[in-house]
Amino acid sequence: MATLLEVKDLRTQFFTFSGVVKAVDGITYEVEEGETLGLVGESGCGKSVSALSLMRLIPDPPGKIVGGEVLFEGEDILRLDMDDMRRIRGAKMAMVFQEPMTSLNPVLTLERQLSETLQLHKGMTREQGRKEAVNLLARVGIPDPERRVRQYPHQFSGGMRQRVMIAMALSCNPKLIIADEPTTALDVTIQAQILELMKSLTREFGVALIVITHNLGVVARYADRVNIMYAGKIIERGTARQIYSNPRHPYTVGLLKSVPRLDQPRRAKLDPIEGQPPDLVNVPLGCAFRARCRWAVDKCATDTPPLMSVEDGHWSACWRTEDLGTSALDVNARGPATSANGNASAPAS
Amino acid sequence: MTTMPASQAQGQAGTASGDILLEVNNLKMYFPVTSGLIFQRATGYVKAVDGISFFVRRGETLGLVGESGCGKTTTGRCILQLYKPTSGSIKFEGTELTSLNTNQMRTMRRKMQVIFQDPYSSLNPRMTTGNIIGEPLIVHNMVSNKEEYKERVGELLRHVGLNPYMADRFPHEFSGGQRQRIGVARALSVNPEFIVADEPVSALDVSIQAQIINLMEELQEKFSLTYLFIAHDLAVVRHISDRVGVMYLGRLMEVSDRNEIYINPIHPYTKALLSAVPIPDPIADAQRERILMTGEVPSPLNPPSGCVFHPRCPLATEKCSQVVPQLREVENNHWAACINVPGYGET
Ligand SMILES: Nc1ncnc2c1ncn2[C@@H]1O[C@H](COP(=O)(O)OP(=O)(O)OP(=O)(O)O)[C@@H](O)[C@H]1O
Ligand SMILES: Nc1ncnc2c1ncn2[C@@H]1O[C@H](COP(=O)(O)OP(=O)(O)OP(=O)(O)O)[C@@H](O)[C@H]1O
Ligand SMILES: [Mg+2]
Ligand SMILES: [Mg+2]
Repeated sequence: MATLLEVKDLRTQFFTFSGVVKAVDGITYEVEEGETLGLVGESGCGKSVSALSLMRLIPDPPGKIVGGEVLFEGEDILRLDMDDMRRIRGAKMAMVFQEPMTSLNPVLTLERQLSETLQLHKGMTREQGRKEAVNLLARVGIPDPERRVRQYPHQFSGGMRQRVMIAMALSCNPKLIIADEPTTALDVTIQAQILELMKSLTREFGVALIVITHNLGVVARYADRVNIMYAGKIIERGTARQIYSNPRHPYTVGLLKSVPRLDQPRRAKLDPIEGQPPDLVNVPLGCAFRARCRWAVDKCATDTPPLMSVEDGHWSACWRTEDLGTSALDVNARGPATSANGNASAPAS
Repeated sequence: MTTMPASQAQGQAGTASGDILLEVNNLKMYFPVTSGLIFQRATGYVKAVDGISFFVRRGETLGLVGESGCGKTTTGRCILQLYKPTSGSIKFEGTELTSLNTNQMRTMRRKMQVIFQDPYSSLNPRMTTGNIIGEPLIVHNMVSNKEEYKERVGELLRHVGLNPYMADRFPHEFSGGQRQRIGVARALSVNPEFIVADEPVSALDVSIQAQIINLMEELQEKFSLTYLFIAHDLAVVRHISDRVGVMYLGRLMEVSDRNEIYINPIHPYTKALLSAVPIPDPIADAQRERILMTGEVPSPLNPPSGCVFHPRCPLATEKCSQVVPQLREVENNHWAACINVPGYGET
């Protein structure tokens, strides 16, 4: 499979009164054609900003992409002028947001909205645009599309609106769809429908998909590969199986241990990651996760760990990756550094 | 075989009614759909909640799950008297809320707080975080001076995993998850007895979800708080709830103990709902049975006849389109509204 998207050392910052927010702080990854990549991480860690950066939709001011490259089919789209970027954005990459109402125009019928996009990006006539709009609604499983296409967004349920968003995203046969929390506002049976729909459509049309979510179940079920982000950086990256069966960053381990699981007996207490993510204005020196980490050692305070190879196709940005065996996932394991004295800063053995 | 209407429905309720903090009986909330420019006429009704009965014991958590639009939020808002129900009774500590006047209700409201679903619109964008959290303290006269106010606000911020120095910031400076925590802090500020938590952790990152859930549980124990916990994450609901009610299109389909309902779901809707939950483990997930429900929840403006679930139900028989199933105790302490499950008895 060919590489569709290469993100190299991407940096996006916001210049605010409280200081410079390093929302995306040097991330590097690639997306293959047709693959589904899951993007997971704590609230505020830069998932949406990294996605918006790919689309060059960062509000400027206060935001700015300050460094890096985004190669889409080999071309650095950060260097394109806004007209060319708009062309790519409509035709080759599309975005589905969590809150469909923010991206649908409430006073226009779906027919108008869809056909205008199609006229603009695919040079269709009005009539062709209308026909295609009906096709698209049918394709995303909206019953009675001939009638529904003449309705306004508020006449659709949340799940239906998300289908409409997917229809819009698909309208120009993009190569890449970025879905930012596409099902977070929906409940599970509709979530399952929407994700199955996205999955089958991406398969059918060979569209690559970046799914941003904090639902680890969704990633487990649908993603081929996973990027775990923390404080503006990717801290672990691998296939879904590698990440879930052999997590090698304490943050990933913490995430997996903090979710209640329906297939396992109820635990008396959940096991959260204590503390909170750092303020991205003042990211501490060294590893940003250090303050919350049960495995931290002195080195973590001074040296920022880069992504280091763990096994084929699997990287982790942790100085103690080697010490985190598979037993790290054991419900009772609190990390070897803490077992003796409960002090997270105990030195490595 | 008993049918639900709460007062007698819960065998337990009769014997230990002092334990019951909230009792909802045959609650209906119909929203009129109007037409006509000058003389607005009701041309139909959205049956958002259509005759549900349940109780919540003091100190327990009742989880409420179900698909989008099934009436969970409306139920919560009716209980808080933010909506005036079409009919039915809501008793809080034995007091019938539906007949209270505005003044009486205002006093009551300090005991009943809400955590909203939507962290984007529920916070006033022009208020600082500190004032958002502290406002109820002033409204209800719960602090005597500025120092105490600041200290309490700081403490609340820490409770929900934020830094006290963030009190001066405005909501737009926070990410979605951080904003939801501000909402939690605000609800906790007046030390309420009862909290309707409407999807309180849905927008949070899982590690923070676990913190908030643990925090809610700790606070519950400490102050014997009672929760109505509305969520669509069934794993979270199982974890935090003592009992769980499953709603569909304005009706309660199944109510039981948290373990019972997950290990031994009886209603076909509950079964489908459970199977739709992806397990955070690709290997374990691939092995689970999946019932992919087709279609969407029908419109509450025009609900199906008989059992509202029958058009999507794998067990549906002809009778299901004719008979409205009642919530009955089909097994010990396990209530289900389906005429085709064993134990339901005669229709
Ligand atoms: N317009 C803005 N001005 C200032 N800071 C911003 C702005 N937009 C985002 N940020 C900051 O950038 C960081 C990354 O935000 P982003 O929205 O990407 O987080 P996220 O990972 O998508 O979080 P969530 O899961 O809550 O959606 C956050 O710390 C946020 O406060
Ligand atoms: N103020 C209102 N006026 C008219 N209809 C309403 C009103 N509030 C809710 N409804 C309708 O009542 C039904 C139940 O809505 P409710 O918000 O209670 O559902 P919910 O179970 O909370 O859904 P979700 O999971 O999406 O939050 C829906 O069909 C909704 O459109
Ligand atoms: Mg986001
Ligand atoms: Mg709701």
